[in-house]
Amino acid sequence: MSAPVLEVAGVSKVFRSGGRQVVALDGVSLALARGETLGLVGPSGSGKSTLARAVLRLVEPDSGAIRFHGHDLLATGGGALRRLRKGLQMVFQDPLAAFNPRTNVGTAIADPLRIHAIVPAAARRAAVARLLDRVGLPAALASRAIHEISGGQRQRVAIARALATEPELIVLDEAVSALDVTIRNRILALLVDLQRERGLCYLFVSHDIAVVRAVAHRVAIMDHGVIVESGPTPAIVAAPASATGRALVAAVPRLLPSPDSLP
Amino acid sequence: MSAPLLTIAGLGVRYAGAAEPALAGVDLAVAEGERLAIVGESGSGKSTLALAIAGLLPAGARREGRIDWPGLGHAPGAGRDIGLVFQDPGSSLNPVLRVGEQVAEVARRHRHLGWPAAFARATELLAQVRLPDPPRLLRAFPHQLSGGQRQRVAIAEAIAADPRLLIADEATSALDTIVQAEIVELLDTLVRERGMTLVFVTHDIALAGRFADRIAVFEKGRLMEAGPAAAVLGRPATAYTASLVASHIGLDTPPLVGGATP
Repeated sequence: MSAPVLEVAGVSKVFRSGGRQVVALDGVSLALARGETLGLVGPSGSGKSTLARAVLRLVEPDSGAIRFHGHDLLATGGGALRRLRKGLQMVFQDPLAAFNPRTNVGTAIADPLRIHAIVPAAARRAAVARLLDRVGLPAALASRAIHEISGGQRQRVAIARALATEPELIVLDEAVSALDVTIRNRILALLVDLQRERGLCYLFVSHDIAVVRAVAHRVAIMDHGVIVESGPTPAIVAAPASATGRALVAAVPRLLPSPDSLP
Repeated sequence: MSAPLLTIAGLGVRYAGAAEPALAGVDLAVAEGERLAIVGESGSGKSTLALAIAGLLPAGARREGRIDWPGLGHAPGAGRDIGLVFQDPGSSLNPVLRVGEQVAEVARRHRHLGWPAAFARATELLAQVRLPDPPRLLRAFPHQLSGGQRQRVAIAEAIAADPRLLIADEATSALDTIVQAEIVELLDTLVRERGMTLVFVTHDIALAGRFADRIAVFEKGRLMEAGPAAAVLGRPATAYTASLVASHIGLDTPPLVGGATP
């Protein structure tokens, strides 16, 4: 394996509120290589979203290190951090909450091109059109307001915006969980295509181990702020060693009703 | 099939200002004691159907067609004859009332109990939805519970008046898969034990197949097909249902990526 793109080493985070302490992350370590998807799976409250947010530095860990190409994100600030962040993008569950609802599609995608000075103003419209085309949307959508388009289109716009800075890592936090199933599958296929084309790596956070199994090369199962097991996806799904892993696998609905559920 | 609890004939609903109807020409009967899953994607009209059955369509919505209740013999009262569980218990529970007061209030109002009897009933109900330590939980506020526990409280409230019909509208969609499986099992058990009829509204056709007797599939406000769960899943009559079945991602779906490190 080449040098990892992302390395999380011994990251801990305790949330304190009203005298109560919640250990969200307890010494979590993981690594992600170029072109790889790591599925981070766990029940609600397992710490998986906190870890995703810590990688983006939206949550400040109490201890540990998060290295992106060897640079410790936690020890970096200002312009240096901004330059590193170009390589690190995110797509969340609810794209309506992730965008300014009053902006239009074109501006939402052009913003990172402007902020990171990737494309000069005169060429931005064409760059936005190329990004929209890559995620399967018509260029004409650029003039539409974010709140006017469908949920599936909005998630494609979120992916186009994430791609704008030509990142190496995209953190996907329940990015397909709120979508209709037919649309969800098209978004998953798009993500896999983009990965093959650009060597992207994904930290794919989900509570649904069946969806993770479809797209992740490796899987890490989290519970109570700890990675309880990790390994190649087929091996973990076929024979989970942890109680949490077994519960996640058992909870996946089978498509055909079991004989005992028939009247 | 036993006698229908309710029959829906030519039901159409159009919301104020909407260009298209939310539901059109729906004919469907719900049998006494059955577990019926209403399956559809966003915009299918499945939640509108749940609201129409419960008589909770917003003011300004235009309704046509009939909903009759031969199994009940009178017009139903929401909360009394029909219990409702929604997706987000955070918004259906009152955040400033203790769990005990909310559940007891339903028993008091619809079962005409005094407060002490209503609280005793609430304690029983919390035990029936498998919540730990009901006497302690009576004094808790909703925010002190997990999402799954809050949904159990919402279910306790929904069944507090012993309704004949329980409607669960995406009641497990906001929960993680483990808690989702637990809540589905709880609903299944409660419906069997209490002889209730269940209308289970969901976008997840596999979850519907897990425990529903019959599945009704909706697309864009129209009923596409309805039939026994195994038949609808195994031999879909419409291309749309077939596409929903094909879109399901389970543990036997071929993965999109190889499992090895690239």
